[in-house]
Amino acid sequence: MTRPLPSRWIRRALDQAPVLLVVLVLAGFGRMSDRFLTPDNLTQILLQAAAPVIVATGMTFVLLTAGVDLSVGAVMFVGAAIAGKMALAGYAPTLCLAAMLAVGLAGGGINALLVTRLRLAAFIATLAMLFIGRGLGRWITQTRAMNLPDTFLHWGSANVLGIPGPLWVAGAVVLIAQLILSRTPFGRQVLAFGNHPEAARRAGVRTRPLQAAVYILCGLCAALGGGVALTQLGSVSPRFGEQYEFDAITAAVLGGTSLFGGRGRVFPGTVLGAILLKAIFSGLVILQADPYLYPLITAVIIFVAVLLDSLRTHLLPA
Amino acid sequence: MKGDTTPPTSGGRETRPPAVSFEDIEKGFFGVPVLKRVRFSAQAGRITGLVGENGAGKSTLMNLLGGNLQPDSGQLRVNGSPYAPRGSGDARAAGIAFVHQELNLFPNLSIAENLFLTEFPRAAGGLPWIDRRKLRDRARHLLDQVDLAHDPDTPVERLPPGERQLLEIARALGAQAHLLLLDEPTTSLSVRECARLFDLMHRLRTRGIAMVYISHALGDVLNHCDDLVILRDGEVVGRGPAAEFTQERLVSLMVGRELNQLYPVRTPPPVPADSRPREPLLDVRGITQPGRVRDISFRLAPGEILGVAGLMGAGRSELARILFGLDPHASGEIRVEGRPLEGGPRRRIREGLAFLTEDRRHEGLCLEASVADNLALVTLGQHARTPVRWLDLPGIGTAVARIRDALQVSTRVTDAQPVRTLSGGNQQKVVLGKWLLSEPRILILDEPTRGIDVGARFEIYQWIHRLADRGSGILVISSEIEELIGLCDRILVMRQGELSGEFPRGEFNREQILAAALHTSTS
Repeated sequence: MTRPLPSRWIRRALDQAPVLLVVLVLAGFGRMSDRFLTPDNLTQILLQAAAPVIVATGMTFVLLTAGVDLSVGAVMFVGAAIAGKMALAGYAPTLCLAAMLAVGLAGGGINALLVTRLRLAAFIATLAMLFIGRGLGRWITQTRAMNLPDTFLHWGSANVLGIPGPLWVAGAVVLIAQLILSRTPFGRQVLAFGNHPEAARRAGVRTRPLQAAVYILCGLCAALGGGVALTQLGSVSPRFGEQYEFDAITAAVLGGTSLFGGRGRVFPGTVLGAILLKAIFSGLVILQADPYLYPLITAVIIFVAVLLDSLRTHLLPA
Repeated sequence: MKGDTTPPTSGGRETRPPAVSFEDIEKGFFGVPVLKRVRFSAQAGRITGLVGENGAGKSTLMNLLGGNLQPDSGQLRVNGSPYAPRGSGDARAAGIAFVHQELNLFPNLSIAENLFLTEFPRAAGGLPWIDRRKLRDRARHLLDQVDLAHDPDTPVERLPPGERQLLEIARALGAQAHLLLLDEPTTSLSVRECARLFDLMHRLRTRGIAMVYISHALGDVLNHCDDLVILRDGEVVGRGPAAEFTQERLVSLMVGRELNQLYPVRTPPPVPADSRPREPLLDVRGITQPGRVRDISFRLAPGEILGVAGLMGAGRSELARILFGLDPHASGEIRVEGRPLEGGPRRRIREGLAFLTEDRRHEGLCLEASVADNLALVTLGQHARTPVRWLDLPGIGTAVARIRDALQVSTRVTDAQPVRTLSGGNQQKVVLGKWLLSEPRILILDEPTRGIDVGARFEIYQWIHRLADRGSGILVISSEIEELIGLCDRILVMRQGELSGEFPRGEFNREQILAAALHTSTS
């Protein structure tokens, strides 16, 4: 209250931070290498961002309620492990992917139960789920990589109207999510709950089903993202889905979703965040950066994301 | 203003059942009775004022109506039919709406979305989309009723507090409420915003809406309510038409004893200021911080109670924060007993400063922590034994118990109870007690009695006197000029970040102080 209001351009810059960062990163790597800003490489970045965008979209909903879901990567892994086993046993690919979605629903459902019924802190509950999921996946796969039938890869590389399939799926997910968030009572109530849970309860919002729905949605998105990744990779390795929780949370926060809840958007925010992440790592690969540098870069990205969130929270009117 | 409707008075035979009635309601917590056979009712088209000290049972009554608590015995009735709510949904369904002291709005959403959060108009065709146009139209209709001229799509974060209050009422109207409970709605409002709120309440009254108005501002209660109910220790100790009450009678009913004075008499009368030049305890010279305060200089003598008057935003709290080291200052000097005062709050506490902030819930207390933990917080370091800085828990326990008894924190409160569950008056006593334990030489109090009832106020004043008598210097910031006049030895007035007046005791004059605070200069 006693803090002076930031000047207008700082606020605007913070509002537009995702766009500015993307432009900055593209321009920066573009200057350093002429192989970066090629149509091929840009398409590649978008393709790599497709699965993270889907997972991050679900994550955005959870973050908007001031929660978090660390189990998305593990859910992807369990889903992929089961889908892979089924595919190798001869089940139809559609059935395999359906099973994957069911795993996502179940994982999200368990998270929802832990958070809303047992009232566990989301951070701890989903962290436990991360380890359970990883362990379960390894047990199912016996820590062996599985190569899937070619149908999966065909789907992953299929073009519809000149646009690759994964981008269609990601686009559809983003569109639906954005509509849910901005145009449905549920979406607006998610924002209200994230801003002031007690007030939402007093206003008559049914907060428990709402919170549960958010985790289930996140699990579903994780499985869908996993499905897309599966069709792109064509195989399930023991490291499938690893670090996706990082990608998803960072993408959402870089895109302007607050870790404190109540503020954020899927489009353009989270989408830009995911693209930004993939663009940075694509640039590093093209520049043949020292692999030992990657963890440091990751740390810097996390730091920037959280710093932006903190600045927004403290500088923008609450 | 009154009498534009002719509802039944409490004396006559009532033809229409009251909007809400409490019939011999009893409620206790852990065997301690909080409400004792409470019996009163509120009529449609009338404003019923509910007054009582903090802890008299007002909040419990509200919680019973809202369905957060259930009575042990007795019957609630709404429009004559029995009413036993089990949650906020039941209250809403029965047409009861609350406007709390702390607002329940979502600043990140638009006005329209706040109004219809659970009742969004749906688009045709069975899809779950919100019908934006219908939403806007309905919101505008509600905004018209409370005289808010904003676009319904405006985010609530752009509204000033007074208008948010009106928005809360609009929300209640949107929920078709016929009974509106207003719990201390004016605490954060300016005079003009209050007037707007009362204006709206009068208009709602003519529409037949029943209102229960809870406030410590007895003047407002007497001016704007039709009927009054006075609670003390969970009992109704007085009720009737507001015209039958005076402020003095209200106070004596609330407190249960004649309170001849609102302010205690200073027992060793203050030393005349000009007896001999004493070393000032606090010497502030030309403190300036752009945008906050400009060229503030004053001295505070030992044993002096110095008031700081001014309007909201005049820079009083900002000055206090600078003195306590919470905010920086660009130029100027602060000296304590001749030595320059530097560093952050930690060092200043060691120099004998204490600061009771204006926002006790967020800055003054750790709400989830216990009474004892809060009391011990400032002085923990003194109880840490060398060399390993182990805490002397029994020592802390004794100190806490001593201060708690001295402050007469209600006996219904246990040391282990989270501070969150205490009434406002008891919370403020805990904040004060925390600082008293550090035996401050300079105590800065920012709005020490805001939202606190008459009885607890008196006790806080007594403590301020006692500290001053022991030689501490006290700086009291208050928006109530009467309070400063009753309490202080000298009053400084601030306006737009500058000192605009100084009044020694004996020259206290309400109008002149107000004029010094208000005087609008364009320079």
